[in-house]
Amino acid sequence: MIAARHVSKSFPGVLANQDVSFDVSAGEVHSLLGENGAGKSTLAAILTGLYQPDAGHVELNGARVALKSPRHGLALGIGMVHQHFRLVSQFTVAENISLGDRKQNWILSTKKVEEAVREIGERYGLPVDPRARINELTVGEQQRVEIIKTLYRGAQVLLLDEPTSVLTPQEVTTLFDSVRTLASEGKSVVFISHKLGEVMDISDRVTVMRDGKVVGNTAVADTSREELARMMVGRDVDLSAIRATKPAGAPLLEVRGLTAKSARSHVSDASIVVKAGEIVGIAGVSGNGQRALAEGIAGLTPLIDGHVTICGTDVTSKGSIAARKAGLSYVPEDRNGTGLAPSLSISENMLLTEDLPFLVNHKSAVAKAEEAITTYSIKTPGASTATRMLSGGNVQKVLLARELGHDPQVLIVSSPTWGLDVGAVEFVRSKLNELRKEGRAILLISEDLDEVRALSDRIYVIFEGKIVMECPGEGADVTTLGLAMAGARA
Amino acid sequence: MTQESVLILTLAGAIGTGTPLVFAAIGGVISERAGVINLGMEGMMLIGAVTTFLVVNKTGSPLLGFIAGGIAGALLALIHATLAISLRANQIVCGLALTIFGTGLASFIGKPIEGAGLEKSFNKLKIPFLSDIPAVGTVLFKQDVLVYFSWFAALLASLYLNRTRTGLSLRAVGENPATADAMGLSVVRMRYAHVIVGGLLAGFGGSYVILRIVPAWSQAGTTNGIGWIALALVVFASWHPLRVIGGAYLFGVALQANFALQAKGITVIPAEFLAMLPYLLTVVILVVLTANRRTRGAGAPAALGLPFVRDER
Ligand SMILES: Nc1ncnc2c1ncn2[C@@H]1O[C@H](COP(=O)(O)OP(=O)(O)OP(=O)(O)O)[C@@H](O)[C@H]1O
Ligand SMILES: [Mg+2]
Repeated sequence: MIAARHVSKSFPGVLANQDVSFDVSAGEVHSLLGENGAGKSTLAAILTGLYQPDAGHVELNGARVALKSPRHGLALGIGMVHQHFRLVSQFTVAENISLGDRKQNWILSTKKVEEAVREIGERYGLPVDPRARINELTVGEQQRVEIIKTLYRGAQVLLLDEPTSVLTPQEVTTLFDSVRTLASEGKSVVFISHKLGEVMDISDRVTVMRDGKVVGNTAVADTSREELARMMVGRDVDLSAIRATKPAGAPLLEVRGLTAKSARSHVSDASIVVKAGEIVGIAGVSGNGQRALAEGIAGLTPLIDGHVTICGTDVTSKGSIAARKAGLSYVPEDRNGTGLAPSLSISENMLLTEDLPFLVNHKSAVAKAEEAITTYSIKTPGASTATRMLSGGNVQKVLLARELGHDPQVLIVSSPTWGLDVGAVEFVRSKLNELRKEGRAILLISEDLDEVRALSDRIYVIFEGKIVMECPGEGADVTTLGLAMAGARA
Repeated sequence: MTQESVLILTLAGAIGTGTPLVFAAIGGVISERAGVINLGMEGMMLIGAVTTFLVVNKTGSPLLGFIAGGIAGALLALIHATLAISLRANQIVCGLALTIFGTGLASFIGKPIEGAGLEKSFNKLKIPFLSDIPAVGTVLFKQDVLVYFSWFAALLASLYLNRTRTGLSLRAVGENPATADAMGLSVVRMRYAHVIVGGLLAGFGGSYVILRIVPAWSQAGTTNGIGWIALALVVFASWHPLRVIGGAYLFGVALQANFALQAKGITVIPAEFLAMLPYLLTVVILVVLTANRRTRGAGAPAALGLPFVRDER
């Protein structure tokens, strides 16, 4: 149905796609797999007309097309759901869907659109209130809006760029049901993901990319997770559970009765202890107070009530510098924003959390950044590239490199492997494990239950701002945890 | 003169003095809703004013003068659009440059006519029945046709923004251009069009000043900085065209207070201080609005001042 033929695309300093050929037939779910920065999003952007290829071309139903813009792509029935959603958060669902739709009367009437939203929602299992404002919706609902948006415009080809990285396990199941319905109607779906289990589950065929090139293409039936991982990373990867080998030491992070608010997140009366040489997981569906909890501990938001002690120092509401001085590092979920200044270069970002002399020594900063680029194998043209130019996974590596560079005693990491490829996930996990072995205290906040279970020595479950459950990590039961995350009383 | 009639006359006058602000601030709202700040407003108003002056004295038609003033403002805005949108120059810098350029150009063109008066203008137009309402009639319905037109423009702008497809696209372009682009809208075209319309309205504002407010062409003193007040008004109105009207008339009252108190023979407050009032009011309102957590940035288009480049993240 849609195909890329010998497509190449370069950005300053990077060859994002090199002679890539790729095709999807009608009714097929075709996965694109590859490491961070392999060029998947770039290929998808070319297939939708967002980027123009430097060489090669796109074919639609066997005929060559020059996609001039996303509008052109959409008019030809190619719709994309971006990794970073393209929604106007101040608008309602119906308004977002009406946007740019020339079939509408000039005088707006959202009635018809609202109807259509409900209808599409019903047909494909994508329920959403057409009158709700985007910033009132959960991430999962926003994604449904994105999908409905493309279907409303009559998309026959649907490209989903890492659609599951923002979803809860239940939401993934419903998304997959929708994808299957779409495919059964003869629509083509391109599915970009890092999660091998999902790829094996949903797709008919898989294309693997590495360093901008296609390195493999097989039917799912003829391959296995292990083989795909090897194709992607070029070596074997091990993502089995790792736990502390030594008993935990003295408590390094003590949180008592913490009550705080931050943005749209609130947490009340949370008490948590993390000891030296321990990874403690906070499991919970995102938006249940994780952010307020982390920011309250990190001193980014003043506490309404409660106490925080880091390595014996009381840092309650003393601000983020005091918390850092006491030995805390914080890796926020929102990487380009809270974590990094997107327009600053990698080396400048590395400097941000340091005690700087008045005159900044850029040379040594660049040297340090370059060291981080090698140890963390960050894919970038150089240390002076702005972090917003990096692919999702590489942004995270920069942030980790900076935060771990401070040699923290206590580390809070929020969704540390969100959007990372298996190789990078393995890297981050082993890094966290290393820190644990060195006797650091780590608080791991994540929506990804598998991750929490694989790493944590102890697990807390957070729901609607309250810690509702605590259990050992070893042998933690998915169903019990999942139910607690959903608010069911045990 | 009775006490009441002074008050009523002041209010009626305030509507007149507020009208250039209504035009210019709606222009500002439209341009900023597209994501482009226009600090060149003062320059556009002045260019509009001088053009109107010349055209009216040449043709004897105030209407032609008014239209020409708008077009002059729009042309200057076209320069702003080219610099800020196509060349992605810093909007603050090129806006300021345009004010300097516009002021300079208007002063240059206006040199020979300095101190000269306008030969013809619009007269007041009483609206039948409505103007007979006591007090309100005098304040609102014994104004000139351009005042009524400014109301119409505000209403139209409001309906356009909130009720039409293009208005929706415009807001999307100002809030999240990447999304608008992904939905197939032309961010560049939308921005150009609305910056130009913004300039047209700023030009109208300038025209009104020369047509109805100042009696003679007095170079940069003609508009006397009200372009800046209009910019503040955009924030004050939290980017809503209809709210602009209220704000503009509030400033109108401040601008009129001087004359009103003098007319009543009150001289306790020095006239110089009263003349300063509107500018002081601008500062106070902006400080209050931006210091308050709730109102800070309320209604501000999220992508205001940011150039849009598709190929970049
Ligand atoms: N607009 C851009 N400007 C500069 N460089 C870019 C741009 N878009 C992508 N790149 C670079 O091209 C390469 C491929 O990026 P792409 O986003 O396609 O990777 P990806 O496979 O989607 O990775 P991820 O899994 O991390 O999302 C990366 O090195 C990235 O830094
Ligand atoms: Mg990507």
